[in-house]
Amino acid sequence: MKLHEYQSKLIFSRYGVPIPKGRVAATAGEAKQIAEELGGRVVIKSQVLVGGRGKAGGIRLAKSPKEAEDLATQILGMEIKGLPVRKVLVDEAVNIRSEIYLGITNDRNMHRPVIMASAAGGVEIEEVAQQSPEKIIKIYIDPLLGLRDFQARDIATGIDLPREFWRPFMEIANALWKAYSDSDATLAEINPLVITSDQRIIALDGKMIIDDNALFRHPDLADLRDRDAEAPAEIEARKYGLSYIQLDGQIGCMVNGAGLAMATMDIIKLYGGEPANFLDIGGGAGSEKVSAAFRIILSDPNVKAVLINIFGGITRCDEVARGILSAIAEVKPKTPMVVRLVGTNAEEGRRLLADAHMETAETLVEAAQKAVAVVKGA
Amino acid sequence: MSILINKNTRLLIQGITGHEGLFHTQQMMDYGTNVVAGVTPGKGGEWVLNGKIPVFDSVKIAVEVTGANTSVIFVPAKFAPDAMYEAADAGITLIFCITEGIPVQDMMRVRNYLDQKEVRLIGPNCPGALTPGESKVGIIPGNITFPGSVGVISRSGTLTYEVLYALMHADMGVSTCVGIGGDPINGTGFIDILEMLEVDPRTEQVVMIGEIGGQGEEQAADFIASNMTKPVVSFIAGQTAPPGKRMGHAGAIIEGGAGTAKEKVAALESAGVRVAKHPEEIPDLLRQ
Repeated sequence: MKLHEYQSKLIFSRYGVPIPKGRVAATAGEAKQIAEELGGRVVIKSQVLVGGRGKAGGIRLAKSPKEAEDLATQILGMEIKGLPVRKVLVDEAVNIRSEIYLGITNDRNMHRPVIMASAAGGVEIEEVAQQSPEKIIKIYIDPLLGLRDFQARDIATGIDLPREFWRPFMEIANALWKAYSDSDATLAEINPLVITSDQRIIALDGKMIIDDNALFRHPDLADLRDRDAEAPAEIEARKYGLSYIQLDGQIGCMVNGAGLAMATMDIIKLYGGEPANFLDIGGGAGSEKVSAAFRIILSDPNVKAVLINIFGGITRCDEVARGILSAIAEVKPKTPMVVRLVGTNAEEGRRLLADAHMETAETLVEAAQKAVAVVKGA
Repeated sequence: MSILINKNTRLLIQGITGHEGLFHTQQMMDYGTNVVAGVTPGKGGEWVLNGKIPVFDSVKIAVEVTGANTSVIFVPAKFAPDAMYEAADAGITLIFCITEGIPVQDMMRVRNYLDQKEVRLIGPNCPGALTPGESKVGIIPGNITFPGSVGVISRSGTLTYEVLYALMHADMGVSTCVGIGGDPINGTGFIDILEMLEVDPRTEQVVMIGEIGGQGEEQAADFIASNMTKPVVSFIAGQTAPPGKRMGHAGAIIEGGAGTAKEKVAALESAGVRVAKHPEEIPDLLRQ
């Protein structure tokens, strides 16, 4: 779950990271008021969960409260990469002498958190990694020990930070580590961390991603979720414990298991169709879950056919077939369906569905071909 | 012969009194696995499954009394890290964690702790392992495969069953099937299992089922190119997965443009691995 810049910076500041003076505003009037309180120049920053806000015109400098109000009006009316701007952050403007990148993330290969820094701040770290990887200093953190001072110092020397900034930099690195670790983040990033012309070191931007699996122990963070960044169907799916991702094809997919769901999408494409979604109904596949899955898949107007692919291992296929039939009786979908049941009691399951005049398939290839044929014939 | 589990496996079930724990313990026993004990804190002294399996309050006592050497974990994500620490601390050397949804920072701590103890962890978020005809630890259905010479490794659950089923229909049996799990941080990777299958005398060919996310398949490709004499056939799920979206498994995500199916297929093919276009093609490739 991604957090907004203002949310991330507030969390960082609680741990002692210096951030610019400022507040978030939902209206232009509020933005003006904040600019008046701050005095001097301010930066108006759109709060949306996508990158490239600056390029899209979503970050602007205002010299007066009146200009802050005008710019906030513009920005609050914008959509950036399809997401509406509902809030702007109004921050004091600072004079930048140099920009640093500082971030902590999980390294899958090393099974450890890694702290990364670069003197080339202000640009996306992926870009730096591609063009000049030697400019990125990486230090792996023992998760049982946490970030040690010598490591923070090694980072400071690694990016040629002047000595007078070592102490404040180490404090910021430690604060970032604590924020990352206490919040169960998978990413905690300050980009840029700037040294100002009046010799302050301050986090101008902030980004955090929180591990969805850890939200059970962070109800305060779970409340920060921005629903604009998700398709409504994805939010609905989460309520039923379904994992759903909307795509732009025409063949809806309902599958048990994430790997098999991906493989089903892939084989649709292989036989000339386009999957409309990823959907993992998980184990069990009882009628309540299947009904919810039908409603979610069919809420996408692009869907012209539905492919149901269930592997019955522990779950018996005849039970799954009964679940599908009672879900159909409830939802009454008009969209054509192709059902493939395989595994334990598959024949019995297929017979139940065939008796209900449903199109069935034995193999994955056959199922994909039939679903594609339905869409092409429609 | 087989890898990881066999007739000498003395299995302990952590979370045996839960719904999943009880159900799968019965399934494992029906398959012939030697289940010796269960652990549920607070329920020590009870006997479950018609009085066949004793329940203990702690792994330590269970190990002392029954000589359990392998553990399988069915406890909820909130308690699973503690269950893994407890098993390792009690001297269990092989742990299977079936639980899905463990926070990734917990898993980093668990992994680093277990590495110091020289304990092997399979999973989490995995279906376990199956040595057909001998032993089953976890939740892989026993009736979709039979003893044979194909070793199977996978990051997935039902997709693995799909492949086992396709092999069975092609009259191909399996030496051992291991699910390493779909989480970004796990205990055992592809390479560890490839290494075991390479030296396992019963295994003649290997099927490796990967998916988007991480670099595990690319690293496995390097390992195969320089260390494997046995033929490897692969399938990579997620060709059509959009970047930046988590495809059900916590580890199945294309991050910063890396971890795509295309890159993985290319790496495997350049290591001499034949990559199937879909799961049902795997038996044909094994026959060639």
